[in-house]
Amino acid sequence: MTTTLAREGATSVKRQTSIESSNGAKIFNRLAATCMVLFGLIWLVPFVFALITSLRPDNEITANPSGWWSNHWTLQAYGGALKDNPIGWWYLNSFIIATLSVVFTVIVCSMIGFALAQLKFRGRGVVIALVLIGLMVPTQAMVLPQFIEFRFIHLLGTYWALILPAIAAPIAVFVYDAFMRGLPPQLIEAARLDGASWWLIYRHVCMPLCRPATSAVAILTFVMSWNAFLWPLLVLTQAKSQTIPVGLSGLVGGSANQYAEIMASAVLGIIPLFAVFLIFQRQIVQGVAQTGIK
Amino acid sequence: MTTRTTAAPIATTDRQVGATERTAASRINRAGWLFSAPFLVTYVLFLIGPVIIGLVISFFNTATVTPGLGAWVGVSNYADILSSSDFWASMWHSVLFTLLTTPLLVVLPLLFAILCARIVRHRWFFRLVFFAPYVVPSSAVCLIFAFMYTPETGLITKAFSWVGLTAPNFLGSVSGAWFGVTLLTLWWTFGLNFILYTAGIQDISEEVYEASAIDGASPWQQISRITVPLLRPTIVLVLILQILASLKVFDQIYILLAGGPGNKTRPVIEYIYDTGFTSYRGGYAAAATMVYLVVLIVIAAMWILLTRRSDTADTKA
Repeated sequence: MTTTLAREGATSVKRQTSIESSNGAKIFNRLAATCMVLFGLIWLVPFVFALITSLRPDNEITANPSGWWSNHWTLQAYGGALKDNPIGWWYLNSFIIATLSVVFTVIVCSMIGFALAQLKFRGRGVVIALVLIGLMVPTQAMVLPQFIEFRFIHLLGTYWALILPAIAAPIAVFVYDAFMRGLPPQLIEAARLDGASWWLIYRHVCMPLCRPATSAVAILTFVMSWNAFLWPLLVLTQAKSQTIPVGLSGLVGGSANQYAEIMASAVLGIIPLFAVFLIFQRQIVQGVAQTGIK
Repeated sequence: MTTRTTAAPIATTDRQVGATERTAASRINRAGWLFSAPFLVTYVLFLIGPVIIGLVISFFNTATVTPGLGAWVGVSNYADILSSSDFWASMWHSVLFTLLTTPLLVVLPLLFAILCARIVRHRWFFRLVFFAPYVVPSSAVCLIFAFMYTPETGLITKAFSWVGLTAPNFLGSVSGAWFGVTLLTLWWTFGLNFILYTAGIQDISEEVYEASAIDGASPWQQISRITVPLLRPTIVLVLILQILASLKVFDQIYILLAGGPGNKTRPVIEYIYDTGFTSYRGGYAAAATMVYLVVLIVIAAMWILLTRRSDTADTKA
C-alpha cells in the first residue's frame, strides 16, 4: 500500500514527460483538464445547493426555490431540524453501532486472516472455500429470513441485531489474508524460535504490521454500517432508536414549505461521514481500490 | 516449522523426531481452528443461518410477526411466486434498473478516469469530488434530489428549461421516475467505479507510455491501444460488481418513489419487503428471496468461473 503511494508521487512527475511529449498531446491534455473541471463542478452542485438552501429563510425559498443567494443568511433551519427530530439520538445510535461493528469485524476477521495466511493447518482449504461462498451471499437480499432469525433469538430492536450480521465479512478476511501473507516470514520464524505462542505472534508481531489493512477494513466497515438502510429500517422501529439514514428517510416527501429544514437535516446527515472521509481520504480510496467493496 | 523441543535430548531417534513433528503439526491445526473459530461461528449463525432459515420457511406458511413456523405447504409458495405477475414485474424492474444504470456506470467512470490520468496536477481533487457522494447516506441523497426534482420549481426541472427542454415529471410519471432514479444513482455511485478504474490505470507500467510517446503515438492512440486493452480485467470487475449492485437496488427507489407511481418501479427487494413486512406473508416472501438468491448466485458464480479461467490462462501464458 505504501509503495503504491510512493509510486504515485514518482509517476506523476514521469507521466508529465511521457504524456506531454507533443503539441497535440498538450492540447488534448488541456481539453481533458477543462472537461474534468467542468464535471467536477457539476458533481458539487447538489452539495452546494443543499447547503445554500439550508441557510436561506423559508419565505425566500418559497418565492424562489432554486435561488443560489440569500439576503438574510440564517441558521434557523438547523435549530428547527434538531428540535423537530431526535437527530442527536440518531447520531448516537449510528455511532455506537458503527463503532462496535468495526471493533468486532477487525478482531474476528484479522484472526482468521492470520490463520489462513500463516498457519498451514489441516482443513485450511475448507475454511477458504467457506469464506469464498460467503462472498457470494447477498446479505441485503436476505433480510426476511434474517428478521425471522432475530425474532426467534429475541434481539430485534437492539444494537446487536445490526452488529452481529456485520461481523463475518468475507471481504475483510481476504484483505487481512493478503496482507499477512506479505509479511516477512523470517520475522515470524524468529518469534517462533524465541518461544512466542501463536497468539503472541498474532497480537504483537502481525497486527502492528497490519495497520494499513486494519485502517482500510475499519473505515470501510464504518461507512457501510453507517449507511446501511433496509436492515436497520426493519429492526429499529422506535423513533429514538433509529439510525441517521432511517430517521432521515422519514422526512422525504414531508411538508412542502419546510425546505430549509429538510435540507438542513440532509446536511446534518452528510456531515459526520464527510468528516471521516476528508480525514481518511487516502485510506478510503486505497481500501476501495484494493477490495472493490460495494 | 521448527519447535522448541529440538533443544532437548541429544539422542533423538527417528521415532522421536516424528513424534515432535506430529505434535507441532497438531498444535498448528489447533491454533488454526481456534483463530478461525470466532469468524466461523458468526459466519454460520448470521451469514449461512439466514439462507438455511429462508429455505426452510419457504416451505411453510410462516407469518412474519407471529412466532412459530406455521403449517407445511410444500412447494405451493414457489408455485405462487412463479405464477405471480407482481413478482415478475418487480424482477423486471430490478433488471430494467440494471440495464439503465450499468452501461452508464461502466463507461462514464472509465472515460473520466482516463481523462483524469492525463491531468498532471491536483488529481486528488477529482478523486475527492467524485467519490464524496458515495459516503453520503441514501436518504440524504434522496432528500436533496427530491427537492431538485420538484415539478416546475426544482433546480433540475429548471435546468431542463434553461437548455430549452421540458423536464419529465420525475416523481409522478413512470418514465420520469426511471430517469430521476438513474440520474441520482449515477451521481451517487459514480465515484466507486471511478476509483476502481483509477487504481487500474495506476498499475499500468509507465514505460509502456514512454515507449509509445517516443514512437510518436497520439493521445488517442495511447488510450485506445494501451490504456483500454490493459484495463480489461478492471473493466470486467467493474461490470460484474455493477450488475450485482444494481440488481440489489432498493434504497433510492423505496425512499424517493416508494416503488411508485402505482408500483411501476417497485424492485424485487421491495416486493419481498411488501409481502414479508406489510402483508406478513413470511413463507411466501422467503420463497421469493430464494428465487432471487439463485439468480444472484448464478451471476456471481459465473464471474468467479470467468476470472478463474482468465487466471489460469494468464499463468499458462
